[in-house]
Amino acid sequence: MSGNNKKDANKVVDELLKVYPSKVARKRAQQIVINQKDKELNVPEIKANVRTTPGIITQRGCTYAGCKGVVLGPTRDILNLTHGPIGCGFYSWLTRRNQTRPPTDKDDNFMTYCFSTDMQDSEIIFGGEKKLAKAIEEAYNIFKPKAIGIFATCPVGLIGDDIHSVAKKMSDKLGINVFGFSCEGYKGVSQSAGHHIANNQLFKHVIGKGKEKPKGKFRINLLGEYNIGGDAFLIEELLEKCGITLVSTFSGNSSYDGFANSHNADLNCIMCHRSINYVADMIEKKYGIPWIKVNFLGADASAKSLRKIAQYFDDNELTEKVEKVIEEEMAKVKKAQKEIRPRNEGKLAMMFVGGSRAHHYQELFNEIGMKTIAAGYEFAHRDDYEGRKVLPTIQIDADSRNIEELTVEADPVEYQPRKTEEEIKALEKAGLEFSGYEGMMPTMENQTLIIDDISQAETEKLIDIYKPAIFCAGIKEKYTVQKSGTPMLQLHSYDYGGPFAVFDGAINFYKTVDRMVNARIWSFVKAPWQTTGKPVLEAELVHN
Amino acid sequence: MEQQASENYRPTKNPCRLCTPFGACVAFNGVAGCAPYIHGSQGCATYIRRYLIGHFREPVDIACSSFGESTTIFGGKENFDTGISNVIDGYAPKMVGICSTCLSETIGDDVSQFIYEYNKNNNTAPLPYLVNVSTPSYCGTHSDGFHKANRAIVKTLAIETMKHRGINIFPGMLSPADLRYLKEIMNDFCLPAMLLSDYSDSFDGQTWDKYEKNIEFGTEIKDIEKAGGAKASIEFSTTVDDESSAAGYLTETFDVPAHTMPMPLSVTSTDKFFELVSSLSENPIPQKHLSERGRLIDAYVDGHKYVFEKRAVIYGDEDMVIGLACFLAEIGIIPALCATGGQGGKLQESLEKLLPEMISQITVQEDTDFIDINDCARSLEPDIIIGNSNGYKLKRQLDIPLVRIGLPIHDRIGASRILHVGYRGAQQLYDRIVNAFIEIQQEDSPVGYTHI
Repeated sequence: MSGNNKKDANKVVDELLKVYPSKVARKRAQQIVINQKDKELNVPEIKANVRTTPGIITQRGCTYAGCKGVVLGPTRDILNLTHGPIGCGFYSWLTRRNQTRPPTDKDDNFMTYCFSTDMQDSEIIFGGEKKLAKAIEEAYNIFKPKAIGIFATCPVGLIGDDIHSVAKKMSDKLGINVFGFSCEGYKGVSQSAGHHIANNQLFKHVIGKGKEKPKGKFRINLLGEYNIGGDAFLIEELLEKCGITLVSTFSGNSSYDGFANSHNADLNCIMCHRSINYVADMIEKKYGIPWIKVNFLGADASAKSLRKIAQYFDDNELTEKVEKVIEEEMAKVKKAQKEIRPRNEGKLAMMFVGGSRAHHYQELFNEIGMKTIAAGYEFAHRDDYEGRKVLPTIQIDADSRNIEELTVEADPVEYQPRKTEEEIKALEKAGLEFSGYEGMMPTMENQTLIIDDISQAETEKLIDIYKPAIFCAGIKEKYTVQKSGTPMLQLHSYDYGGPFAVFDGAINFYKTVDRMVNARIWSFVKAPWQTTGKPVLEAELVHN
Repeated sequence: MEQQASENYRPTKNPCRLCTPFGACVAFNGVAGCAPYIHGSQGCATYIRRYLIGHFREPVDIACSSFGESTTIFGGKENFDTGISNVIDGYAPKMVGICSTCLSETIGDDVSQFIYEYNKNNNTAPLPYLVNVSTPSYCGTHSDGFHKANRAIVKTLAIETMKHRGINIFPGMLSPADLRYLKEIMNDFCLPAMLLSDYSDSFDGQTWDKYEKNIEFGTEIKDIEKAGGAKASIEFSTTVDDESSAAGYLTETFDVPAHTMPMPLSVTSTDKFFELVSSLSENPIPQKHLSERGRLIDAYVDGHKYVFEKRAVIYGDEDMVIGLACFLAEIGIIPALCATGGQGGKLQESLEKLLPEMISQITVQEDTDFIDINDCARSLEPDIIIGNSNGYKLKRQLDIPLVRIGLPIHDRIGASRILHVGYRGAQQLYDRIVNAFIEIQQEDSPVGYTHI
């Protein structure tokens, strides 16, 4: 089942739109694009980050999910308290993607807990601020955390609870950092709004608060890495091997102190452009730390990213060490590729996930010869598809305007440009791109399909048309896809497997995909009498 | 107005309940041709789908009104109209099961009025049933949402009809395997039964030859329409409120006699259930089931030495906890802690009534969370934990077995296949519990005996 590659993309788009009433189809037509690159790598415009039409089953989550689940979820020692009725706290409790490794058993790790004010109808009527204050106090008394984050769910803003003033009051009373997130679920188009709200608050309340100067000569932060399946653990090991100090990660395997001291790094490396690029911009403005785009998914991409970091620090010893590590790691990777690639060469993959994942994982598939025929994001914006260069042309709509844009200035004390303008220019000339991201479409082949916010109905149609060898998305799509005999790999949680990052992770990914695609189980989906075309009755007659 | 935060208020830590619309969505998924729909923001549909899909490992479709900031200011009617139209166009459902959320309830959307107007403005085409249930998550739990949705379904669909010899069964939130078994029993008694809601196929499906709309499976609408003519209703719940009871509605409106009973996890309850069905069907209990009963009692005798006087911590939905407590008491295990996140307030009362001889040995926690369960459990020195996956933390702390039943089960495969009710359910659960104890004996032995 290598899939059917020989389809006219235009006809496929027509087929996909057929499932909708005309008004919905017109809107979707702008979100389903056939890729076509010119020599300057300009690509067609795609409509993204727009609201899902009511009644269409989307895979998107909400603002609260993006804020509490995605960004703050992987942080172990900020105690997260949901202010609202019980559901939202419950659903975001200890999801498997949140892995962490506290340095010792004695260090705080609140991830296994779910805290909620568990709002009842009386609070909806009379207000819930008193309960919130009490909940914060109790949480403090039990756990004595360094910081407490309060997350607002849908009704909170509507009933007029001011979580920020409660946070301030309790912060003064308890002497710890307490801050609120106005991440009511209905705000914004998708979880992307929640990432933004989370990051803004971390920037305002945590980043720069630390006094610890991290040791190490080459200090970086990793932004937009969420430690799915333990990816961060592998990245951390690799960086250490290369002699690079990781000051903080936003927010895989992260800690409060890491965030607070992140302004002491000398370079920001961005993995997921969507969820955090604005933070890198703000940190650069306030503290003078430049940022580059990296990708640790895919062996080649990982090698390239390490080389970029070495190039930035421009140190012979570091460069030599990085090259040595790459050489060692690549030997293992090549061996695995050699074995696995022949079984998968030319097979088709599709992936619809995230704000950068649908792009990054294509690297891994390429490395075993598999071709991505269709891809799209769940919550990305146009710049994640078409490249950062389109940022000035993106129209700001009402939904985006709802999300606070922080005005940032250089910090009078802490601002310190890490490189002079001349140094930056020289590095750029040597090929190191700063503050840039090419986007997904320029790296994909012409005539591939790019679909934003793919719906359940489109997913089913697409699989039926192309019969891909593998489909990647999240658990909500998983079982529909598998029902029809197509292997489905979850990229939100790695099917509770992984890690897939850097070199060892890449090998693990090849093996995982190989096992899924070539497993015998798929051959049983059709019973023998369905595949041979032999009527069952005939077999019975023989017995008679 | 004065804000309330009573002296004894404590925040919920590690909750033992889910939200109300979750339960409603479970119920809607068990009606053939019903598209579940949440009037609220998309996160609720996504979270609830994610949770159900994780437990059942099956696709679950739930549409929603995708509220935005402006919807919360101007009201959700426009989104409602668009959403319902798109669901009707896309799924051609026979029924749309609509539940609300804390958001749409807080802004005061009147969904009944929306439905009335939608029906009025679209009267040219035949419309599906639009069933509405109010499920703000700040009132009640997923169990309440489940019962209320079932009541809303019969309230909207059941019509004056000829009296017939069939019965209605409202089994509560059981597993697909339980529902299948109940249908088998009814079949063996030759008694037509409308089982609501029957998600045995939608939540435990097969691989597909061709694409199937996931909403096609479940209780047939024509059978629900005839619920008012049934000979009787059986409801497995001793805790459901009168105003949330589907069986109660059919009694009030159509004089259908309602038999409410505990979820039959024990032999005693199952005996009562079989006697009742036997009398309603006017058929004797089939030999097949008598034999299953016989084998179960035989197993009780064989395994009794491993379980008697053990102490269990149990938690979950009220009705499941009650049924389980009765079963444990029967086999000689003391349900030392019976806990629920439910707020119905009837757990204590039901247990007093059903287990008068044992109640003094039972600690009951209602409206509780896992921190309080864990604190209390430690002082009770239990030997086993029985409940959903969320007891795992306690299992680790106490280093005693956790036998998984109910929902959610996210850390084992086969949640759909766990049987809870009837002789067969008791047999399965009994074997699992006994084997859990045998395993401890074996593991703890320095010799490692293979005959235990």
